[in-house]
Amino acid sequence: MRYVIIGNSVAACGCIEAIRKVDLQNPIVVISDEKYRVYSRPLISYYLGGKVDENKMYIRDEDYYEKNKVEAILGKRAVSVDFKNKEVVLDDGSKVKYDKLLIATGGKPFVPPTKGFELKNVFTFIKFDDVKAIDVAIKNGAKKATVIGAGLSGLKAAEALIKRGLEVTVVELANRILGSILDLEASKIVQDELEKHGIVFKLETSVDEIIGDGKVEKVKLKNGEVLDTDIVVFAIGVVPNIDFLKGTELKINRGIVVDDHMRTNIEDVYAAGDCAEGYDCVYQQQRVIPIWPNAYNQGETAGYNMAGVEKTFDRGFPMNSIGFFDVHMITAGIVMPNSDDIEVLVKHDKEKNSYRKIYIKNGSVLGFMFINSIDRAGMITNMIKEDLNVESIKHRLLDDDFGYLDLPKELRQEKILGGAKA
Amino acid sequence: MAKKIFPKEEVCVGCHLCEVYCVYAHSKYKKPTVKAHELVKLYNKYKDSKPTPRILVEEKSGEWTTFALQCRHCDDAPCTKACITGAMKKLEDGRVICDEEKCVGCWSCIMACPHGAVRRGENKKAASKCDLCLELGEPACVKNCPNEALVIKEV
Ligand SMILES: Cc1cc2nc3c(=O)[nH]c(=O)nc-3n(C[C@H](O)[C@H](O)[C@H](O)COP(=O)(O)OP(=O)(O)OC[C@H]3O[C@@H](n4cnc5c(N)ncnc54)[C@H](O)[C@@H]3O)c2cc1C
Ligand code: SF4
Ligand code: SF4
Repeated sequence: MRYVIIGNSVAACGCIEAIRKVDLQNPIVVISDEKYRVYSRPLISYYLGGKVDENKMYIRDEDYYEKNKVEAILGKRAVSVDFKNKEVVLDDGSKVKYDKLLIATGGKPFVPPTKGFELKNVFTFIKFDDVKAIDVAIKNGAKKATVIGAGLSGLKAAEALIKRGLEVTVVELANRILGSILDLEASKIVQDELEKHGIVFKLETSVDEIIGDGKVEKVKLKNGEVLDTDIVVFAIGVVPNIDFLKGTELKINRGIVVDDHMRTNIEDVYAAGDCAEGYDCVYQQQRVIPIWPNAYNQGETAGYNMAGVEKTFDRGFPMNSIGFFDVHMITAGIVMPNSDDIEVLVKHDKEKNSYRKIYIKNGSVLGFMFINSIDRAGMITNMIKEDLNVESIKHRLLDDDFGYLDLPKELRQEKILGGAKA
Repeated sequence: MAKKIFPKEEVCVGCHLCEVYCVYAHSKYKKPTVKAHELVKLYNKYKDSKPTPRILVEEKSGEWTTFALQCRHCDDAPCTKACITGAMKKLEDGRVICDEEKCVGCWSCIMACPHGAVRRGENKKAASKCDLCLELGEPACVKNCPNEALVIKEV
């Protein structure tokens, strides 16, 4: 038996760790086109901003592969998979045989066709090498930066660039920043904070053309404005990284379609993480949920099943925890529902600059957004996961001192003691 | 299987002493017991912020119930799966600890912990949570609770 994993990020970690809980013997092979041992993508902005050094980018110890008996093939890309003969073909022509395969190739940057994208100092913002290249550009004297996209990674890029002393402009097509997780009011709180630190926003427009002679010099926006800039960072979003599998018998919708065991339509082939489309229990449909905890959980589920231990995972849903300077927010579930049988609870404490908003449907929490009042938010994330009826306690959910004392005694004791007696 | 600390809400008097001992046990003194003058010295060390206990005494106005909650060292430890740095990890003996050097304060663990057991530590820089007093061998809160409202058990 030979386990093979394409991709070497957090979904791969989940898979390796699950396999090794139940199978200490059989070899695991991990293939990655990046040359680094497993590191954290979310940390690239912290690296760029100077908060973590190269050492701290790695999410597992140096002896991780050795300890877990993993053969890591780094710096080589899988170019195709021969599902009939069960082998992965690499870019150097070599082949890797598998008995069980996990596809965990994650996401790749989405870049709309843009004139001038090929110019020097135009970057995407996903990989360690991306920020290393940006770092070089800054060390070579870049002073002005334009970030395209005011989503999570775009704003993380902007925050890091400001910390490095650059002048930063963020361009966003929507009418607000962080449009996928915040409503207008919440988004304003965060935008104010970012503007306080010097970030300039151009909303409701996008990039038309990147201009320069070999190297980027200006960006022209759709609204006609032209900005001087030394670097451009595209951070519009990610799409599943599965081009090399298109046209095969593997079932692909937006991502690789998986069931609650992370099985694909092909026997012995599994998929997990940002490249996979699994069940979202809040939206109640198949969706790509491109976040870290989901990638780990899916990878772990795949690993157990690959090793012959049946486990299911059907409790995935979007959740985000992110902060800029001193503003922190946690959001989960559906945060912009558009049906009218939903109850909305809101509390905006202007003095504390905090905001809590919760959506309830049929007695269950459908989603929430919390800004600057995030302690113990996991209790509410967990209520979504467990589909707990909150009818009797719902108004307490807005208070930042919400806790176990708000739950009925029996439920509280069950949760804390987990069946044991103190 | 991990050891866990269980709170008994029937006998907790809400004195918060567990928090005091917790802070002290995780200070640079790392001692299981504390004398008042040492505590004053300790507090003077923290210039701009108060030290954060890794235990949380729940109380609510109008209610007589109180109890002290800390990390459950969950078998499936959702905090470790959400952590973007690898700082939050489960040790072989079942304990879940946070490597505060590695932590970047993204609070993904707070988002994921079903018990609300992770706190933001001093200056809100790194996650701060119960480590079952790794270096003392015995949790300071359990040892010093005047009413034996905290017990440690293998489950
Ligand atoms: C800047 C940034 C910040 C983020 N911050 C957060 C955050 O705070 N919280 C959060 O939950 N999520 C965050 N995310 C998202 C999170 O990083 C992803 O959800 C997570 O990394 C997905 O993990 P994965 O294992 O599915 O794949 P990925 O991390 O995408 O890794 C896939 C790996 O496979 C490799 N690969 C791809 N194709 C091939 C091939 N053909 N052959 C060989 N190797 C291949 C890739 O190079 C890569 O190394 C952030 C993402 C970015 C870019
Ligand atoms: S911090 Fe929370 S999620 Fe993590 S082990 Fe402790 S109780 Fe469980
Ligand atoms: S706050 Fe620290 S321990 Fe918690 S998830 Fe973030 S990096 Fe990990």
